[in-house]
Amino acid sequence: MKLELRGITKRFGALVANDHIDLTVNPGEILGLLGENGAGKSTLMNVLYGLYQADEGEILLDNEVQHFSGPGDAMHAGIGMVHQHFMLIPVFTVAENVMLGHEQTGFAGRLDVAAARAQVRKISEAFGFDLDPDAIVGDLPVGVQQRVEIIKALSRDAKVLVFDEPTAVLTPQETDELMTIMRQLKQGGTSIVFITHKLREVRAVADRISVIRLGKVVGEAEPTATNTELASLMVGRAVELTVQKGPAKTRGRAFAVENLSVVDARDQVVVDRVSFDVRAGEILAIAGVQGNGQTELTEAIMGLQERVSGSITLDGQSLRHLSVQKVLDAGVGFIPEDRTEDGVVSEFTIAENLMLDRSYSKPFVKAGSLQRNYLAAFAEEKIAEFDIRAQSIDTHAGRLSGGNQQKVVLARELSRDLRLFVAAQPTRGLDVGSIEFVHERIIATRDAGIPVIVVSTELDEVVALADRIAVMYGGRIVGIVPGDTPRDVLGLMMAGEAPEQGAAA
Amino acid sequence: MTDSQISRSGPSVVENHLAEPGQGPTLPVEPEESGRWSAALREIVAGNIVLSVLSVVLALVAGAVLIAATNDDVQESAGYFFARPGDMVMAILSSVGGAYSALFQGAVYNFRRPDFFDAIRPLTDTLTYATPLIAGGLGVALAFRVGLFNIGGRGQMLVAAAAAGWIAFSWDLPFGVHMLVALIAGVTAGAIWGGVVGLLKARTGAHEVIVTIMLNYVAFYLISYLLRTPVLGTPGSNNPKSPASKETAVFFELLGSKYNLHFGFIIVIAATVFVWWLLNRSSMGFRFRAVGENPAAARVAGINVNRVYVAAMLFSGGLLGLAGVNQVLGTTTSGFGAGVDAGIGFDAITVALLGRSRPWGVFVAGILFGAFKAGGFSMQAAEGVPIDIVVVVQSLIVLFIAAPPLVRAIFRIPAPLERTARPRKKAVAQ
Amino acid sequence: MTDTAQRTPAAPHKDINTGPVQRSWKAPIALGVFALLAVILFMGFGRAGESTLTLSARADSIQLVPLVLPTLATCYIIAAVLVAIAVAATLMVRRGTRVPLWLTTVFSILLLLGFLVWASAGANLPIPGLLAGSLGLAVPLIFGALGGVISERVGVVNIAIEGQLLAGAFSSALVASVTGSPIIGLVAAMVSGVLVSFVLAAFAIKYVVDQVIVGVVLNVLVSGLTGFLFSQLLSPNSDALNSPPRFNEIAIPLLSEIPIIGHVFFRQTLIVYLMYLAVACVYVGLFHTKWGLRLRAVGEHPQAADTVGINVGSTRFWNVSLAGAIAGLGGAFFTLGSVGAFGKDMTAGAGFIALAAVIFGRWDPIRATLAALLFGFASNLQGVLNIIGSPVPSEFMLMLPYLVTIFAVAGLVGKSRPPAASGKPYIKS
Repeated sequence: MKLELRGITKRFGALVANDHIDLTVNPGEILGLLGENGAGKSTLMNVLYGLYQADEGEILLDNEVQHFSGPGDAMHAGIGMVHQHFMLIPVFTVAENVMLGHEQTGFAGRLDVAAARAQVRKISEAFGFDLDPDAIVGDLPVGVQQRVEIIKALSRDAKVLVFDEPTAVLTPQETDELMTIMRQLKQGGTSIVFITHKLREVRAVADRISVIRLGKVVGEAEPTATNTELASLMVGRAVELTVQKGPAKTRGRAFAVENLSVVDARDQVVVDRVSFDVRAGEILAIAGVQGNGQTELTEAIMGLQERVSGSITLDGQSLRHLSVQKVLDAGVGFIPEDRTEDGVVSEFTIAENLMLDRSYSKPFVKAGSLQRNYLAAFAEEKIAEFDIRAQSIDTHAGRLSGGNQQKVVLARELSRDLRLFVAAQPTRGLDVGSIEFVHERIIATRDAGIPVIVVSTELDEVVALADRIAVMYGGRIVGIVPGDTPRDVLGLMMAGEAPEQGAAA
Repeated sequence: MTDSQISRSGPSVVENHLAEPGQGPTLPVEPEESGRWSAALREIVAGNIVLSVLSVVLALVAGAVLIAATNDDVQESAGYFFARPGDMVMAILSSVGGAYSALFQGAVYNFRRPDFFDAIRPLTDTLTYATPLIAGGLGVALAFRVGLFNIGGRGQMLVAAAAAGWIAFSWDLPFGVHMLVALIAGVTAGAIWGGVVGLLKARTGAHEVIVTIMLNYVAFYLISYLLRTPVLGTPGSNNPKSPASKETAVFFELLGSKYNLHFGFIIVIAATVFVWWLLNRSSMGFRFRAVGENPAAARVAGINVNRVYVAAMLFSGGLLGLAGVNQVLGTTTSGFGAGVDAGIGFDAITVALLGRSRPWGVFVAGILFGAFKAGGFSMQAAEGVPIDIVVVVQSLIVLFIAAPPLVRAIFRIPAPLERTARPRKKAVAQ
Repeated sequence: MTDTAQRTPAAPHKDINTGPVQRSWKAPIALGVFALLAVILFMGFGRAGESTLTLSARADSIQLVPLVLPTLATCYIIAAVLVAIAVAATLMVRRGTRVPLWLTTVFSILLLLGFLVWASAGANLPIPGLLAGSLGLAVPLIFGALGGVISERVGVVNIAIEGQLLAGAFSSALVASVTGSPIIGLVAAMVSGVLVSFVLAAFAIKYVVDQVIVGVVLNVLVSGLTGFLFSQLLSPNSDALNSPPRFNEIAIPLLSEIPIIGHVFFRQTLIVYLMYLAVACVYVGLFHTKWGLRLRAVGEHPQAADTVGINVGSTRFWNVSLAGAIAGLGGAFFTLGSVGAFGKDMTAGAGFIALAAVIFGRWDPIRATLAALLFGFASNLQGVLNIIGSPVPSEFMLMLPYLVTIFAVAGLVGKSRPPAASGKPYIKS
């Protein structure tokens, strides 16, 4: 089926998320839709899928104009979607998830579960999946859940299949398997839109590439185009993203983690006997695919995890069994990975956010009373120092852009006397300018002689910042390698393979 | 340059939430945007008061319809409406007018009394009725600001009333001291009854709405039982009612024996000031609000969320306890039964909502509902309109307040710039 | 139940040994505590005399001989068996096996029997009457709980059950009195329950008002409205407006002749039979039909439901309305089934007990029904014991449902997990 988008425009208030976008996907073709975060890719696909209504423009399938008032219409017309955040109901079985929305029923609306099971088996076999139709989806590994999403779309006879950032949660192997599946689908005549911001992947599998930036299609490219060409299209200027960084001047071992394990609420061991140390004045990057225990590791360091074993020491002082407050008091600065959820209180002003983790003692609090004048002066100073663009210190944090919110968090954490700095996904979802700013600050912190831990799922960020790299997989550290380790080695490590030369760094 | 140097930001988390203003490609316009936003903000604040007033008006109109529809004269004249429509209009006007003027005269100023000091008595009654409503409203509002829904006002009031009442009738202490001890005991009892809820939430994650509802009944049956025993009951009486509070413990009258207004009102003013300071000027209040707005971020910032829940429920329970103490030391000093809470625990929720969980807003809302109560009794006596109408009007006010788009639609007021659908917490805490 | 599953889709399953499955000591501890309580009560406060348990009602065609038991001896034996079961459970857990359900069931029945024998020392306890009364008290609770289950399963917290019951009670009394037909009264009860639901649904879904707030306010509103109309209209004209005809009992042939339970369950009014039907329908519907699958999907993950073309808003709206209709039926039982006339605030917190049953029944229609029956039994037992003069203060029996629910939500009794999206409005951009 041929899909065509003509002049799609979607606005959110003053924000133009999609600006007259034109796209065509031919039957049996994989179109790579490449763009930075926030470029408007997901919005476009949500328009295509009927989740959003376009303000202007039209969608054509096999040259017929479509009107989707909801996902039901889009599905009916033959469009299927594999969502970035899986649209699966965790407590339902695979068969129930697949049949939901187009259930076959018997007498008096009774569900025909057998038919759904048969359908799941049929499609699974066609693609060589090994999938139990009666398994509870919430118990399945992520890669398998994604296959359930694919089966869900195929069971509705999708002729156009949209994959929205499908590899974000996959290991390299799982990514390869997914690509094989995509090629298989293409052979069968399915048209595919593959949304991603990862150049390698799109070049490996796409027949054609469209690049989208600031809500507009800025260019088309063949998969043979070089990374540099694609990259400059995607970010709009030839960017020099390697941060200027001198060699690390390290001093002694400052922070050490030994045999650290974390068990989560589902009784899963999510961090498994992890050991590493960080010297004063160096950046240790913790790399790995999302969900391999990095989040829980940083949370364990911060005292945010309950079931922890092993030891955590900072300058000889144990951080185990300390409350979050005590950990912060010990001089640990922390950038949480989910900024809007854990970093700022959106209904609080910038000033209030700047004292969020210092509400227990001087200088912001005296005798249980807030020192409002002190806070105001402090906030004015930090707004200037960290280039936070806002009308005033009383602007609510929720009104700021992601970059400015992150600067608020950064300002808050870096204005304390630090003995360790932990930054989890510090630039996730930020614009290029803010990324540079954050990176500069992180390096400046290192150069001030503070041990720094940067957790990132982005290999590029890891390579740009790290003096040493620890790669996590399945809750364990696969190896700790020097910062200049080749990416293909790192890639293998992220898939769980120990480096050949051993963990010597 | 290699490909790796570009694709550096993480998986697109932001894109899915493009609706958030300012997050996305259109960064350069920000200064203008924030200017527009503050203008919009001002509009909303200004609109809030207008909407509150309109909500009250709407509710009163709905009440008027009920009064008119159930009035005998109106029904009678409706029978021959086409013969003499004027009769029905007159009947409606007289029934509604009579009821609402009785309400006003019972709540504010009684024109039929020649003497000003007699005529103004209803206003002091209003303040007397408002006293426990404000105390309770503050308690519910404080919990709201921490993101907790305290429906347990009834239980907290009952245990507080029992504790304060027990000290008031069974202890012998000098004037003033007795009152103070009873007050402290009552507030403490309410605080503990509320604190248990916070503790259960902190320790086990038990939802406070369910626990508070259930504890209301536990308290009710507990107090009912105690009233049948010598602990709280009157010796030699089968009536499940306590002995009268001793004079030394009772709140003294503020304006002399002619008026009912008592010392409790002063305490409640002090409580309002205290809650205002607590929420807006103290470090504990800062943590309360942080947890109320975003518990996850508060936790990451080292705020002990569980401790905040317990502390907030202690304060909230204590304030509702104050409302309970008011009942036994101020309103029903002649001995109390298991219904001593008089529904104030639930009224407090409506007061907090009408006051938008701001301390002084609650104060004003409490006085308004106090006026409804005072006026309602005189309306029932003078016009025979059941006092339940006041409950109807009050709950309608809250429903209208909670749904600004509805009120706007009725009065055809344009919505203030976008964002009409507000997420869950805002409806409570804003 | 995997309540964290949906929050961390990114967590891959680890091939790490997670260690031995944790043994749950909850069951033996609970059994031990209750056995100890039984020992203290039955032995420490042993009561002499004989306990008579009457097993047949006078109208039964098959008459069973009343059970006469020596109180002290029976209590001693039962206490000993209870202790033995608790010890057995401890041994089982130590060996790594789970405590079977039948054992806890036997334990509970014995404990209950022991308590009845102990409490009725020197008196006569009519078992069929006790059961019939319990069912009577449980009927509105069951209807209310079914309404609650549906509403919460579709994602709307229903605190307004109390209001729906009260509205149903009021309008069924009024309409049945005016029309002279209890059937029409029943329909009116459903309609008024739906009306309350409409307000709940409109405010919760369209205006995105906090569902708990709407629920609480609705209860107050319905109480005020029915109270106002009652004082203004019903009490002055109670002959014309508040004397509804009541349903007659219908005995089902054969079934109603079963000893002990036949009379209780199968010589009942239409409303009770409707209740049986409703429980069955809701259970089958919820778990075995398209309607139920979609309803649960919307309550668990509305966005996922939306992406497969299910209209979240209307699914919620109509199912909350349906929940109101069912709860309204429960209200009708107060006026057309038991009392026979409307009284101010006559539901007296039954809606909150129904809510408790929903939670204690873990949002499952069958379990919620059983919970409602248990709560009905507890409050009726209290009444019966009061009459035969038992040493337990009635207030503590009445407190039981509420205390049990607090224990349940605190995770001390089982684990209750609400539908994931319950109480959360679904806002589409």
